[in-house]
Amino acid sequence: MPADRIDIRHVARLARLALTDDEIATFGPQLGSLMTHVDALAQLDTENVPATAQVIPSRNVQRGDALRPATMLTREAALQNAPQAQAGYFRVPRIIAEEG
Amino acid sequence: MDPIHDSARALARAVNARDASAAEIAEALIPHAARADAQLAAYLELTPELMRAQARRVDERVAAGESLPLAGVPLAIKDNMCVLGTRTTAGSKILENFVAPYTATAVQRLLDAGALPVGKTNLDEFAMGSSGENSAYALTKNPYDLDRVPGGSSAGSAAAVGGFAATVSLGSDTGGSIREPAAFCNVVGFKPTYGRVSRYGLIAFASSLDQIGPFARSVEDAALVYDVMAGKDPLDATSVDRAVEPTAGHLREDLRGVKVGIVKEFDLAKLDPAVRACYEAAYADLERLGAELVEVTLPTADYGVATYYLIAPAECSSNLARFDGVRYGLRVDGPDVGAMYERTRAAGFGPEVKRRILIGTYALSSGYYDAYYLKAQKARTRFAEDFARAFERCDVIASPAASTTAFKFNAKSDPLAMYLMDYYTIPVSLAGLPSLSVPCGAAVPDDGTRPMPLGLQLATPLFTERALLGYAHAYERATQHAQKLTPPETANA
Repeated sequence: MPADRIDIRHVARLARLALTDDEIATFGPQLGSLMTHVDALAQLDTENVPATAQVIPSRNVQRGDALRPATMLTREAALQNAPQAQAGYFRVPRIIAEEG
Repeated sequence: MDPIHDSARALARAVNARDASAAEIAEALIPHAARADAQLAAYLELTPELMRAQARRVDERVAAGESLPLAGVPLAIKDNMCVLGTRTTAGSKILENFVAPYTATAVQRLLDAGALPVGKTNLDEFAMGSSGENSAYALTKNPYDLDRVPGGSSAGSAAAVGGFAATVSLGSDTGGSIREPAAFCNVVGFKPTYGRVSRYGLIAFASSLDQIGPFARSVEDAALVYDVMAGKDPLDATSVDRAVEPTAGHLREDLRGVKVGIVKEFDLAKLDPAVRACYEAAYADLERLGAELVEVTLPTADYGVATYYLIAPAECSSNLARFDGVRYGLRVDGPDVGAMYERTRAAGFGPEVKRRILIGTYALSSGYYDAYYLKAQKARTRFAEDFARAFERCDVIASPAASTTAFKFNAKSDPLAMYLMDYYTIPVSLAGLPSLSVPCGAAVPDDGTRPMPLGLQLATPLFTERALLGYAHAYERATQHAQKLTPPETANA
């Protein structure tokens, strides 16, 4: 059954995405039918074919280790969209448990 | 001078010659765009203050003796591109209150060249969609029939130019997001070679495929915009460091001796008879104009959608991991940081974005990577090889840009059916080729009475933008299809 192919709950956890039961019921068959379409790709011969990450040949791009003030965000600008900021930092919920 | 209907070239020429001012163009466009937009919903936000301020700067520079390639040209900008001080939402609730702290390079280059920003246009959320219906904010209408979609994902940018609410616009194309809406809205939509235009300031969807390009009502205007924004940008390491040939003013006028490849696998018999007749007539026109039609083969053609819907969602799942409620955008609190991430993303993303994040996460997850993502990356090599082989026999490949005319809202509820809309555009994207859609006629849809536009897709080898635009210009000049249709609802706006 295509609907059962993907453990949606597991994948959603990996993606840090909370899903409702309705979403799980809808997305399951939709993703199943897409993956069935994608299965056809197995028939394409890629023996001895290298993978292409992007088609334009490129080398590692380096630049001088120098400040470029014109394109640097000020701390204020970098924080302007923060959901919560404090004392010039992004404020986030506690990550490390308190001792004891 | 007609600020609403004139070409970008004519407007810039008038402003540079001081026969018209950027200010008077802005003052004409501002109320006109607002009126047209009441019907089209092409814009998420109009930016009249920015437009006026920019018009003043342009007039000052022209008065000081400068000549600017886009002096006074009204420009609409897809809302996945940052423009300093404007809300930039990417059509998503997760960025509802995001105000861009800098300007995308492509936009900056157009502003520096004298373009006037009319506003930020609607799009499928994070550019994921083929109809515009995935926007979290608005349903953009097709200017040729308000009951139909404008195409996507650059929905508003196509509708604004097609509906005369801007002269030119910027879109982004990952698997067809410029070419398909261009076909639906009777405008030219041009996706340059991958890497030709900087992606700095473009909100990322699938980084190995995303490319910014213009919409215009003529090939020449698209060329004018492209010339200004193409070229290496130190702020985008993937932008290509390679000389850009100017295209506007260098476009060929005929198709004599040009070998046009027609892809054997793109069987027109699969299409609706009226659509098929339109494309057959377009091929016949190419021949009549002196081109030689050559059959070429793309054995991978039928694997395009499968390949794309592994690569693009995989990159999307990675790119969109940044929307976690920490540095910008929505935050929904939870008992711990993990719950905050999950709730923020659940509330902020719409269904199509969630689907693609799930597909991509699955394709990249342990145990599936080789079968899916790696396999798709190998398939991508086959696409590049197939096109290279085809171009040994022809100069340019012609095909439909879309398999149907614009459809009605809510007509495609099955995601896979929507994905298959990109059947003709995806293979070209996977190979990174420069490509465009140019109006090629119209067909009356089965469920309608009014002829709706269609677009001819042309694609050429990597970095041959001048040749590509030249073929399209010659075809457009001889056929004038865009002029044969007038958007009914906005004609007198």
